[in-house]
Amino acid sequence: MANNTTHTIEYRTLSKILLVLLFLTFVTIGVTSFHLGPFTVTVALLIAGLKSFLVLSNFMHLKYESLLLRILVAMVFVLFVVIVLITFIDYAYR
Amino acid sequence: MSNSTEKIEYVSYLDYQGKYKGFLSWIMATDHKRIGLLYMYSIMTFFFIGAFFGLLMKIEMLSPGETIMKPQTYNGVFTLHGILMIFMVVIPGLSAVFGNFFLPILIGAKDVAFPKLNRFSWWIFIVGSIMAVASQLLKDGPPDTGWTFYAPYSSQTGTNVIMATAAAFVLGFSSILTGLNFIVTIHQMRAPGMRFFNMPLFPWALYATAWIQLLATPIIGITLLMLIAERMFQIGFFDPALGGDPLLFQHLFWIYSHPAVYVMMLPAMGVITEIIPTFCQRQIYGYKAVAISSLAIAGVGFLVWGHHMYTSGMSDQARWFFSLLTFIVAVPSAIKVFNWITTMYNGSIDVKPPFLYALAFIFLFIIGGTTGLLLGSVATNVQVHDTSFVVAHFHYIIFGGMGFAFFAAIHYWLPKMYGRMYNFKIANIALVINFIGFNLLYFPQFIIGVEGMPRRYFDYPAQFQPMQVISSIGGFILVAGLILMVFNLVKGAKSGPVAPSNPWNGSTLEWTLPATPSLENFDEEPVIKENPYDYK
Repeated sequence: MANNTTHTIEYRTLSKILLVLLFLTFVTIGVTSFHLGPFTVTVALLIAGLKSFLVLSNFMHLKYESLLLRILVAMVFVLFVVIVLITFIDYAYR
Repeated sequence: MSNSTEKIEYVSYLDYQGKYKGFLSWIMATDHKRIGLLYMYSIMTFFFIGAFFGLLMKIEMLSPGETIMKPQTYNGVFTLHGILMIFMVVIPGLSAVFGNFFLPILIGAKDVAFPKLNRFSWWIFIVGSIMAVASQLLKDGPPDTGWTFYAPYSSQTGTNVIMATAAAFVLGFSSILTGLNFIVTIHQMRAPGMRFFNMPLFPWALYATAWIQLLATPIIGITLLMLIAERMFQIGFFDPALGGDPLLFQHLFWIYSHPAVYVMMLPAMGVITEIIPTFCQRQIYGYKAVAISSLAIAGVGFLVWGHHMYTSGMSDQARWFFSLLTFIVAVPSAIKVFNWITTMYNGSIDVKPPFLYALAFIFLFIIGGTTGLLLGSVATNVQVHDTSFVVAHFHYIIFGGMGFAFFAAIHYWLPKMYGRMYNFKIANIALVINFIGFNLLYFPQFIIGVEGMPRRYFDYPAQFQPMQVISSIGGFILVAGLILMVFNLVKGAKSGPVAPSNPWNGSTLEWTLPATPSLENFDEEPVIKENPYDYK
């Protein structure tokens, strides 16, 4: 099975991803100085989603896993997005 | 293996002596079967405590006004009844007991993927349960919020809400770890030749359930932590006085708690799907439809939580949207009922107690399910919201569904768990008493619910008394039936006649094992070549 194989990611690659994550953290803070109105949460969630993707695929080695496992993890994120969207049907129209 | 001709000596898992002896051999066990039994003994204990409090409520409701307790005591009693039954009985119920015992066996594995984590799950369950019971006994008095802990009342009441919510938080971890264990077990430990689409349907149901446990439970955990933070540090999440939104609590609570209903029901449906082909000696009708409908129920079930909030002040657009989704989730449930009944058609039906319990399940589940559609419709829901109609619907689903499926499962698998058989005649009598008692207890609540009897009320107008009395009599009959049923099962397990290894002529893997399986279940890893319900 796919997870019986050991994968090593070079420190240089991991360091680059760490720098990207730190940069995105500053972007998350920086973006709050812009008044985006109802899109504030959307932008914050998009940045957080991108950071999660980087962590999952590299630090947690998801990119080396089987297609089935990657689909299952992707479905979790899809479910999360759908739940948030449905909740906002209430908040947006109340 | 080179020495494959050498037979491993058979020792029943009940007699196996490992590192620990006596009581320690149970609480330190990593064997999935012993852990399943530990869950069963704990859950049955909590069930009878919860039933006792339920009976106290029915005695109180025999007459208007105060009968045996004060209003505040009544609030505490129905809260305790709800917390015990929901978090400590029906949510773990079937998956923790029969899932633990039979999932590895049904997929041809020696154990679950993480046996020590499995033991840890039970320990956490016990710690959480002790905390829940402690919340009733500490000096500020039992929580009076109901099991739903609705804010802002729950962030303001002076009762032991923090301890009760912390207990639910801890119990949630047990559920998450069990779900994780089952998902990995099903993905990684199926016997050679067993693909997803020739896996028995109880593991399919457990698989769908495990995803809900894994994904939904953290949401209630965070919600309860937010509630605790609001009470302790006055952070305004839910209380309008602090700038919070009480509807946010309801959204977050039901995003978990509605899928939690499927954590209770999916394994119940899985049990029934195992029992019916066995007692009809027929291939299950529409295997793939039943398997996929479990996933469909789990998936769509995640999106219907708002039907608990139609009268809460939610937007109109959200109300019709949740109503639409609620009607959609009924479809896969109906597919299962259709397939169960169609499986019976032209079958060689063997009318034994597990099958009769399965029939009772279908009857009660249909009543619970169809009244659920009435509640899913906004127009009717606003009329009966928070009335005893909802109490009746809920109990028809949870007790009539999950409860009767639990009883069906224990009657079906007891010979494999203990190697002994119970008395069929007493089992059938107990079933009839349970069935009559159940319907007398809950059906009148539909009627007075439509007439306007609110739920959770200590008092009521005299016009509701006849139905309340019938309901209370039903409660006593049901408890009598339950005592008879448990007496028969305990007597059978301890001193009943020795059961054959396959008393029901079943075709799934558990029936290929000796009457009580050995520690590692299979001497040799089974190789699967046929579908699980291959009745000729």
